[in-house]
Amino acid sequence: MIPISFNYKKASSVDEALSLMTDDAKILGGGHSLIPALKLRLNSVDTLIDISKIENIKGINDNAQSVTVGGGATHASIASNSALAKAAPMMAEAAHTIGDRQVRNMGTIGGSIAHADPAADWPAVLLASDANVVIKNKTGQREVDIDQFFTGFYETALADGEIITAIRIPKTAYNANSVYEKFKQPASRFAIVGIAAAAEMDGNVVKALRIGVTGLAEVAFRPMEVEKELIGKELTEANIDAALGTIANGVSVMGDHYASEKYRTHLAKVYTKRALLRLK
Amino acid sequence: MTNYIGKSVKRVEDKRFITGQGNYTDDIKIPNMVHAYIVRSPYAHAHVKNIDTAEALKVPGVVSILTGADIPEAIAGVPCGWQVDFKNGDTMKEPPHPLLVRGTVRHVGDGVAVVMAETKAIAKDAADLIDVDYDVLDAVADPKKAAEPGAPQVHPDCPGNLCFDWELGNPKEEVAAALASAHHVTELDFVNQRVVPNAMETRGVVAQYDTAYDKYTIWTSTQNPHLIRLLMCAFVLGIPEHKVRVVGPDVGGGFGSKIFHYAEEALLVWASKHIGRPIKWTCDRSEAFMTDAHGRDHNSNAKMGFDKDGKIVALQATTFANLGAYLSTFAPAVPTYLHGTLMQGLYTTPKVNVDVKAMFTHTNAVDAYRGAGRPEATYLLERLLDLAALEMDMDPAELRLKNFIPAFDGVEQPGYQTQVALQYDSGNYEPVLKRALEMVGYENFRKDQAAALSTNKILGIGFSTYIEACGIAPSAVVGALGARAGLFESAQVRVQPTGKVSVYTGSHSHGQGHETTFAQIVADKMGIALEDVEIIHGDSDSVAFGMGTYGSRSLAVGGSAIVKSIEKVLDKGAKVAAHLLEASVDDLDYAEGKWTVKGTDKSVSFGDVSLTAYVPHNYPEGLEPGLDFSSFYDPANFTYPFGAHIAIVEIDKETGATKLLRFIAVDDVGNVINPMIVDGQIHGGLAQGIGQAMHEGALYDDTGQLINGSYMDYCMPRADDFPSFEIDRTVTPCPHNPLGVKGAGEAGCIGSTPAVVNAVVDALWKAGYKVKDIPMPMTPERVWTAMQG
Ligand SMILES: Cc1cc2nc3c(=O)[nH]c(=O)nc-3n(C[C@H](O)[C@H](O)[C@H](O)COP(=O)(O)OP(=O)(O)OC[C@H]3O[C@@H](n4cnc5c(N)ncnc54)[C@H](O)[C@@H]3O)c2cc1C
Repeated sequence: MIPISFNYKKASSVDEALSLMTDDAKILGGGHSLIPALKLRLNSVDTLIDISKIENIKGINDNAQSVTVGGGATHASIASNSALAKAAPMMAEAAHTIGDRQVRNMGTIGGSIAHADPAADWPAVLLASDANVVIKNKTGQREVDIDQFFTGFYETALADGEIITAIRIPKTAYNANSVYEKFKQPASRFAIVGIAAAAEMDGNVVKALRIGVTGLAEVAFRPMEVEKELIGKELTEANIDAALGTIANGVSVMGDHYASEKYRTHLAKVYTKRALLRLK
Repeated sequence: MTNYIGKSVKRVEDKRFITGQGNYTDDIKIPNMVHAYIVRSPYAHAHVKNIDTAEALKVPGVVSILTGADIPEAIAGVPCGWQVDFKNGDTMKEPPHPLLVRGTVRHVGDGVAVVMAETKAIAKDAADLIDVDYDVLDAVADPKKAAEPGAPQVHPDCPGNLCFDWELGNPKEEVAAALASAHHVTELDFVNQRVVPNAMETRGVVAQYDTAYDKYTIWTSTQNPHLIRLLMCAFVLGIPEHKVRVVGPDVGGGFGSKIFHYAEEALLVWASKHIGRPIKWTCDRSEAFMTDAHGRDHNSNAKMGFDKDGKIVALQATTFANLGAYLSTFAPAVPTYLHGTLMQGLYTTPKVNVDVKAMFTHTNAVDAYRGAGRPEATYLLERLLDLAALEMDMDPAELRLKNFIPAFDGVEQPGYQTQVALQYDSGNYEPVLKRALEMVGYENFRKDQAAALSTNKILGIGFSTYIEACGIAPSAVVGALGARAGLFESAQVRVQPTGKVSVYTGSHSHGQGHETTFAQIVADKMGIALEDVEIIHGDSDSVAFGMGTYGSRSLAVGGSAIVKSIEKVLDKGAKVAAHLLEASVDDLDYAEGKWTVKGTDKSVSFGDVSLTAYVPHNYPEGLEPGLDFSSFYDPANFTYPFGAHIAIVEIDKETGATKLLRFIAVDDVGNVINPMIVDGQIHGGLAQGIGQAMHEGALYDDTGQLINGSYMDYCMPRADDFPSFEIDRTVTPCPHNPLGVKGAGEAGCIGSTPAVVNAVVDALWKAGYKVKDIPMPMTPERVWTAMQG
């Protein structure tokens, strides 16, 4: 478990990190995806640029329209943040389910979505929340709508050398009424399926609904047909069951020794239902 | 008396462990030491056409790279320590197990080359540059498939991949006849899956050759320093034993996997002289998954016949046991004499036959893992009993009570002779089950279970009443069964002139707390303070001899050897005391650390006697000075702990996810020296046994790839996977050793596994899904699939 040797540089600001960036360098966040891959020699790198000590991308700011979560915010800091607990309770709920305490204390939300593990929790949650990803590069800053961010198996809209500095979670009625349900792989505790659901209700009837699904497919996604089907309906068992048939439409479902494609699809339905039934 | 025995004395070794001051093999640093990294086969079966080390040798800091071709032919390879013969009397097949492969790799992880360099990182970088040209061949990983005609052959001289076949018990025809006329026969095909031991400390070796003394020293993470020395010197390297010192420093767990002599040990010892520098090798976790001897891996069919009252009339057990690609040290004993001999369980079964085919496959070696054979036997029996109860619509607890062997203490009543070779020492089986039923609140549970049927969370209860053979083992008996070693234990009790006591034991703790338990015995028997006793183990240069720690033997065998030496010390001490007190030995009493002339207040302390023995100015005529005795203790029989385990599970009907709600264990391990340590052993054993039922399992695919060889894939149970265990004990002393102890190291692991599976099957059965088996580990998908009809 010894990586190939590499250079290590600690950046004290995002600009410094960007200026240190070369073609052969990689950003080091909490290191909880990158370092294991390096140690197993699945990955090699010339230089690591450590951004984990850059204070101004670690915080969580409560603004008028949104809560801005720093790209370097740890899972643990999200789990215990009171602004998020109100604005998007699914955030804290998801954060609590990630790995173990050590992982939560080190791993960051920016690192997680940059890595885009198909079984990671944040992709589902951020898809459900309609987040915006704030990205900095040598030429400036851009924002990417979360719906355009996850592009494939471990692939994102992030270009080489770019840094995720923040994630904006809009303060919406649906985010305020949101939940996360996760079926864990017992060894890694990553998601076999993880379902984030956020709904704005008009009395008992769904006015707006966003669902994020992780674990099921090679990339986290929103089951749009399910969302659409439930608009204007009550979240009853019967209505939900009727809508869930399409959940895996158009995605390539994963299967492995622990959970087959068939079983994963079944779990996605059960867990989506459980999530939706918890919405008020 | 000081009265330490029976008290939960805090573990004296824990201070150094929990403050990070333990001294493990990887902590050992020797000047000029190089670091070894072993290049291992990524294929299960291949011819090695060429190994090109040219680029790797150019890496600065590389000292030497060796392959199988560099090792002299005279170095035979790793030997096997147990011989089992074929049914027809032929000797088992013993294919060579070279230290590094010669021409053919036979499992993923087979050692191909060793790189030695100034740092481990350099060794690893260089290893990446070694180009091994493999000609990949078909492989077989499953023991039953290995027996099929046309299966890929693991060794050229082992036709049909058969290492041996073996049978024990009553003639097969008699068993078949009894089954044919039985009122009911329960039959089950099942797999007792392969598990990876996963000791917290991975294996490691440091080897050094000292030219001044022409002597080797090897530090190795082992349960068994003297046996390693014996096997390595006499069978592998041909080095005289007095020229090798084997040290097992602090060892962070083993669970059996560190009993055995591994190729890396002999390889490093040989290479340390060959390259003229000390060498360290520390196993990576990924390497440990591939190369630490695995456990279990049986594929079985079993039939149990009952009369109409539920009395067992016969048992036929037929097993394909996977031994892996090479024979590990005790591998042949596990599916045979540690397995077949337990097939009568706690029951009066009159006809038993066990038939085993031991198979080679293209997988890592399988050998003893916590319980070793006995968990497999218990699993087979206890699964059959609960299933039979369901099939016959009888109560599983009642069914057991009907079949228990009646109580016998081995003193007034003789031991119990089974149909499968063993004679149980003492047993009283009803009380453990009755106590467990009381703890679980059986009648109430059945009501809760019925009520839960209308919900989405169904409940089940599973039983297991087990017996195990521990205190391994009487040498003559195991010798007759094929052991190539004795299984006695040695102990030296050395009293220092000031009355402090150093005890040298051949047992070797790798987490069991010997430094505490043994000290309690010594302090009590000698009437001195616990702090005045030191327990020394794990070094072949200071301990006379030892057979190590496994098979729940340390206390029953090693502890008994200590008691023998204490008796010798006190006998001699009494002579010195009698001289000092001007009395006769017969007139003395020994208590609270002093000899007293009966009926007087004239006494002399242990300390004064010790000093007199070493400063013998005023001393009995003809008596040797000193107070230092060794003993060897060879047990008269195995010991037979037993117990009753009950699991209660809740199954989510929608997902199949199973939650263990309660686990009750009532064990009888004979007399108990330190209840806290015994509880700890039981808890750890339960975690492993339940872990096998619910979470663990090594998966080899059809090409022989180990597909879950990491903690991201292989689920080791964690604390939050368990409820708080509810445990209790009964005490049936062992009649044949001086402490009356039976051993507690494996009980939890042996009894628990079938209880959990039985609970799941019970839940499903009561909910209308009449499945006989859920393959272990009972993953949610497997349980869910069972409910899909
Ligand atoms: C034992 C264990 C259990 C885990 N369990 C879970 C779980 O249950 N659920 C789950 O979702 N995850 C889990 N994880 C993964 C964990 O959440 C990781 O921390 C996370 O995936 C990566 O975040 P990081 O900050 O550690 O990133 P790093 O490992 O440092 O980096 C990962 C990748 O992202 C890039 N990167 C990092 N930060 C940025 C940034 N700000 N901008 C651009 N690129 C960046 C790096 O260059 C690298 O390519 C687990 C990890 C471990 C070790």
